[in-house]
Amino acid sequence: MSSDLPGFASLGRWLNDPDNWLGSGGLLAHLREHLAFTVVIVLVAALIAIPAGIWMGHTGKGILLAGGFANALRAVPALGLLILLIVELSPHIHSRTGVGNLLAPGALPYFIPAALVLVILAVPPMLTNTYAGIQAVDPRAADAARGAGMSPLQVALRVEIPCAMPLILAGLRSATLQVIASLTVAAYAPLVGGLGRLIVDGQQNLIDPSLGYPAMLGAGITVAVLALVADGAFALAGRYVISPGVSGRRIRGRGTAAPQQSTLTES
Amino acid sequence: MTALWDYLRDNHAEIQSWAVTTLWLSLLPLLAGLALALPAGWLAARHAWTRDTLLALSGALYTIPSLVLFLVLPELLGTRILSAVNVGVALTIYVFALLVRTITDALTAVPSELLAAATAIGHSNLQRLWAVQLPVATPVIAAGLRVAAVSNVSLISVASIIGVSQLGQLFTLGESTETLTPIVLGLIFFVVLAFLYDGAILALTRVLTPWRKAARP
Amino acid sequence: MIRFNSVTKRYADGGVAVDSLDLVIDSGEITVLVGPSGCGKTTTLRMINRMVEPTSGHILLDGRDVTQIKPTELRRGIGYVIQQAGLFPNYTVLDNIATVPRLLGKTRRAARRQALELLGKVGLDPALAGRYPAQLSGGQQQRVGVARAIAADPPVLLMDEPFSAVDPVVRQQLQRDLLQLQADLHKTIVFVTHDIDEAITLGDRIAVMRNGGRLAQLAAPAELLSRPADTFVAGFVGRDRGYRALGFASAGHLPLHDEAVLRIGEPRGAARDRGQDGWVLVVQDALPLGWLRTTALDDAADDPVTPEMLNLGGTLADESGTLREALDAALSAPSGRGVVVHEDGTFAGTVTASEVLARIESRAAHLREQATR
Ligand SMILES: Nc1ncnc2c1ncn2[C@@H]1O[C@H](COP(=O)(O)OP(=O)(O)OP(=O)(O)O)[C@@H](O)[C@H]1O
Ligand SMILES: [Mg+2]
Repeated sequence: MSSDLPGFASLGRWLNDPDNWLGSGGLLAHLREHLAFTVVIVLVAALIAIPAGIWMGHTGKGILLAGGFANALRAVPALGLLILLIVELSPHIHSRTGVGNLLAPGALPYFIPAALVLVILAVPPMLTNTYAGIQAVDPRAADAARGAGMSPLQVALRVEIPCAMPLILAGLRSATLQVIASLTVAAYAPLVGGLGRLIVDGQQNLIDPSLGYPAMLGAGITVAVLALVADGAFALAGRYVISPGVSGRRIRGRGTAAPQQSTLTES
Repeated sequence: MTALWDYLRDNHAEIQSWAVTTLWLSLLPLLAGLALALPAGWLAARHAWTRDTLLALSGALYTIPSLVLFLVLPELLGTRILSAVNVGVALTIYVFALLVRTITDALTAVPSELLAAATAIGHSNLQRLWAVQLPVATPVIAAGLRVAAVSNVSLISVASIIGVSQLGQLFTLGESTETLTPIVLGLIFFVVLAFLYDGAILALTRVLTPWRKAARP
Repeated sequence: MIRFNSVTKRYADGGVAVDSLDLVIDSGEITVLVGPSGCGKTTTLRMINRMVEPTSGHILLDGRDVTQIKPTELRRGIGYVIQQAGLFPNYTVLDNIATVPRLLGKTRRAARRQALELLGKVGLDPALAGRYPAQLSGGQQQRVGVARAIAADPPVLLMDEPFSAVDPVVRQQLQRDLLQLQADLHKTIVFVTHDIDEAITLGDRIAVMRNGGRLAQLAAPAELLSRPADTFVAGFVGRDRGYRALGFASAGHLPLHDEAVLRIGEPRGAARDRGQDGWVLVVQDALPLGWLRTTALDDAADDPVTPEMLNLGGTLADESGTLREALDAALSAPSGRGVVVHEDGTFAGTVTASEVLARIESRAAHLREQATR
């Protein structure tokens, strides 16, 4: 393998070729896939984790189990889990259908294990944050809500979830960043798209300085930018979905800001 | 079980060299990250502006996917792309980014009455940090360190994708040969290593904070 | 009217919080549940709006068994105030108050408009409407809590230690304002506290409870102080209950003494002439200001008397007030002559401690006589 590196200069040259941007295997196509996969996987994980977290926060059930599971999962290398599932699952998936221009025909046997790993990784931060958020809701506020005649659903929607929103959103953000990052690893599965494809394929072409490294670098930087943009988007979303009374933002006057809730999971 | 054992025996030379790299990659970044994060966290806990800058910086660093750092660092450091140094530096950055926040929070959380009392009996700022703030903050910092150590270990294998040799090779090997044995062996190695770090830091914290045991019911 | 018919509450862990309680809470009155911690006050209160379901027995609200009413519907018709208010941190003050009207189907605009009017009623500056609970003081939060509870104008109000988390000065204000509000609204209020003084201040009737949620005595404050049913109630009501009972005994027509008063701004020389036993009462527009010590005056006889020179230590007793007020005025006056005022606050006369005590003595003799008859 090559030891003298082409460097940023070759990245410039690579980026200058419109084909590397717009082509069917170009940066933008892969970015589109990356985004689509992220959205789908985070949505699926959220649909599992957030209702479960609300239920656990409410009932206090299963918290020890989920906490332990989340902790243990942190120790499991994503790549190992991915490859384990590919070797174990892929031979049993026979569907050859593709999905539009996101999934090539025949990609499904690899995409399913990859998506499964990502969902498994994305659930714990959302789950732990959601139940911690619901549990941290001032029990007097919830009590007063019931006492005012709210139904359990109304209590959850009008009081508990809004109060837990900073933590729920932090969990969603952690999970999203996790998925954006781990999708690059998931590209180790054959035929799975996303920006990781350029990185993994680039590694195979490392010998060819005009193909391998600049593509990897270009894709890598795009992933980083995507992650930073997503991070910023969540910060911005927080301004709209978190009540100032809960976040302590922009409230002046007596200067007593709302108590700061700390995020339990880090991105 | 015997399959794992046989595999280990047949490939022990290779596995041993990967294990050594893995150990270094798990230990050095942890120590280096902690060494960098302590003064940075202390600085961040002192002023609002250093706090904002450092936390924004560490937040941004933590957002960058590991694979990307592994790729970009050779350009910035002038190292070879397959060098383990890139991986070590990248992991150091993550440990640092994670711990800066924890240390800042831990130091800020020390009750101000306690600090005032320490100042009142004549501690200088540095003495106060050493004698009061750090001991009180130790359990929180240790908790952060445990998280950092464990996620650090699980990130190492990602380096296999760009071809840096360590125990993650067991995974890629298993994939290319479509055999389960090395994959399972690799998973066991990494999980055990993570729990070893977790336990070691926990034990060390107990030793460093004997007063907490006395307070336990 | 709220009626408890042998109501028992046994919690899942087997503990009996309330044991076959019979209690009648009259409409339009403040009934205070008071008793030691853990005696079942909160449980009793929360059974009324079905936040806790009784194990056996019935609770009738105006003749209707509460278990026949859907919990949410029942609660929307009963105001509920808890310790530290339990405001919703994600809602502004205005939206907190508008909660129940909104639940009852009012439009947001109408509910908010009504909430704004309520702010004034509970003694809050309308400028606070847009604030969030975290930006309010403890006392302000409690006021918002009260406003939220009465927003839909429910006939019944349940209050569980609503004022226990604020400092004594604020608590007194809140108590006073609650009484004023009640004079206006005539709600049926069930008020839980473990502070007997608060119970005496607020209650039309006081239900003293003992452990296990049993009723020890239900009586008006004066009766509770003068005739505790048993040693438990006597002990709970406190050691100086004899003195406090004077707070419910009218002073009647005390023999008032005239007093040569000094108007503020008059020359100091005049003070010496009018003083009695070394003290003269200084007034402004007939309102008593304080006492001036005549023996300590320096020689500048033509200089006017100024407010800084006065001793302000004495309290004032109302002409139609209680024996407790009169005694307090006499004991706190530096001259030993307690100042009594007319209803409009103007000076009526003075009374001495021994005169008040004589009145107390004759009243006590009268009560003893009644008791032995
Ligand atoms: N949810 C519950 N489960 C089990 N036991 C309970 C529960 N709530 C209250 N108890 C018990 O019932 C008894 C009465 O409790 P309650 O809260 O009604 O007392 P309280 O008079 O309001 O006391 P405090 O003045 O301390 O508020 C106590 O012994 C308490 O421990
Ligand atoms: Mg109670």
